Amino acid sequence: MSLAEAPAAPPVPAPAPVAWLRLLRSELRLVLGRRRNQVLLAGLALVPVLLGTVLALTRDSALSGQGPSFVGQVTGNGLFLVVAALFLCLPFLLPLCIGIASGDAVAGEAGAGTLRYLLVVPVPRTRLLTVKAVAALVFAACAVLAVAVTGLVVGALYFGLHDVTLLSGSTVPVGEGVLRVAGIVAYVALSLTGLVAVGLFFSTLTEVPVGAMAATVVVAIVSTVLDSLPQVSAIHPGLLTHHWFDFAEFLRVQVDYGVLGQGLAVQAAWVALFGSLAWARFTTADITS
Amino acid sequence: MTSPAEVPGTGGADDGLAVRTAGLTKRFRSGQVAVDGVDLRVPRGAVYGFLGPNGSGKTTTIRMLLGLARPTGGRAWLLGAAMPDEATRVLPRVGALVEGPAFHPYLSGRANLARLDAGDATADPRTARRRAEAALDRVGLGAAAAKPYRQYSLGMKQRLGLAAALLQPRDLLVLDEPTNGLDPQGTREVRHLVRELADAGTTVLVSSHLLAEIEQVCTHVGIMSRGHLLLQGERAALTERGAARLVVTTRATQVTAAVEVLAGVGLTEVAPPDGIPHPARVDGPVRITAALGPTPPEKVSAALVHAGIDLLGLEVVRPNLEQLFVELTGEGFDVAR
Repeated sequence: MSLAEAPAAPPVPAPAPVAWLRLLRSELRLVLGRRRNQVLLAGLALVPVLLGTVLALTRDSALSGQGPSFVGQVTGNGLFLVVAALFLCLPFLLPLCIGIASGDAVAGEAGAGTLRYLLVVPVPRTRLLTVKAVAALVFAACAVLAVAVTGLVVGALYFGLHDVTLLSGSTVPVGEGVLRVAGIVAYVALSLTGLVAVGLFFSTLTEVPVGAMAATVVVAIVSTVLDSLPQVSAIHPGLLTHHWFDFAEFLRVQVDYGVLGQGLAVQAAWVALFGSLAWARFTTADITS
Repeated sequence: MTSPAEVPGTGGADDGLAVRTAGLTKRFRSGQVAVDGVDLRVPRGAVYGFLGPNGSGKTTTIRMLLGLARPTGGRAWLLGAAMPDEATRVLPRVGALVEGPAFHPYLSGRANLARLDAGDATADPRTARRRAEAALDRVGLGAAAAKPYRQYSLGMKQRLGLAAALLQPRDLLVLDEPTNGLDPQGTREVRHLVRELADAGTTVLVSSHLLAEIEQVCTHVGIMSRGHLLLQGERAALTERGAARLVVTTRATQVTAAVEVLAGVGLTEVAPPDGIPHPARVDGPVRITAALGPTPPEKVSAALVHAGIDLLGLEVVRPNLEQLFVELTGEGFDVAR
């Protein structure tokens, strides 16, 4: 183009869905292809392996009598290894992994300086944040699935899959049992969405990814601590972690979807609140890194 | 804030300027004013040297131009489009290198370019690979395309940054310190690349704190100091403005006589190099400088010869941008040096 010519026609953007999907694919490749994240998933997958091995060797649940009844049932039915492993990972390991993935989402790019280059490509900020959120959610789902799938495989190998004895003592066929455990996996995964939103918000505040990661994990821990203090019982129902263990509902004869719905509603509220905060922050912030 | 006197109702009308700002200001929350009422005018097709010492506000200005930071005052247009409102529309036509290269360390150069290309809604995925290879070849990184970024030398990183700016055909390139970390050979290559792009019609806004590196390729120059744009315009016109100096080389034994002659023809600031010539080199050549003023150089040479002084050399030195900058601000240009 010479000076005398009219400016070139502006480049034609691809249809929105195509552009979104292309960026999302790139983001997923980045998140799931990253060695650190793969190690995290492998570490999570190790939990049911270790738990299953210990229980298989001792043939006696070290946790029986202490933990919830389904842990004691693992040796009798491999399906329960999924539930027991999730139960073990939910208080700390899963929040840790979620904290790392979501805290890193924006802050990692900001810290590395790659954020400014994405934005001048240009990737619209709302699109970038949404794609980052989706990728963090996908990673959260992968984390839960890493525990669940390994638990299922290891449990089946060590103990076999049998009809499931529910909390009340009645038994359902193995097919329905698998469905119920799938429900538990889905509920646990959805229970982590609020924490993903919190992590994403922290991630927009800083260009030090470790800070955002730590803050996210701390939120989960503080929530758990508050949840254990009867003095603040008034705020318990709204706490991020309060409903996490309601997944046991799936092991009742009559699953109370009201209880599960309440847990998911609380997560939705946290997602809405911190998702909005993250958006408000990220779309207006000066990128100085 | 719009300044209505300067901005016609058409707002972002295409006025032949590739980059334009009006009263662009950035005041940080700390109260520090990093950029203060800057009115950039970069004509289309120009190679605009955006010069100034480290910390003079160049990068902050560039960040505002590209929509990374919001101005606290004034407005900016790129290729006639208001920033940051029309960023999505105009930025695909703008390639940028901002404050050094930055890529994912564990991805290869090629994968890093693919990552950026995936974010560009106007980029054709079918040609992504080919465009990335072309850009890598253009900056001489073709052989290192598969290496992870963290293994790149500083110069290679800088080149990858340039490759990213060249992934698509661009109407405007904004290159912030593109020669940082490059060796003299690399610096020459960047200059060559800039000239080549400019010849193909791309407007280039190139910032640097090292005047000499960039000066030669610029058609236009803007000089920043402490957040202010001290002056801008065509480079040739700007350097003409400065005062030319005369450098006379003669024998050491004749310095005193020569100084008298130079003062006699009306030159000022006549300065022999270091007063008394060194005894060991009592007959060696010595350089005397003086402000030329309106005196024609040929009159000076004639006067010197007439006075029987051995004229070993006579040179008229026009100030370069660096000297011009020192004249304007009374301070050194490169604070880092």
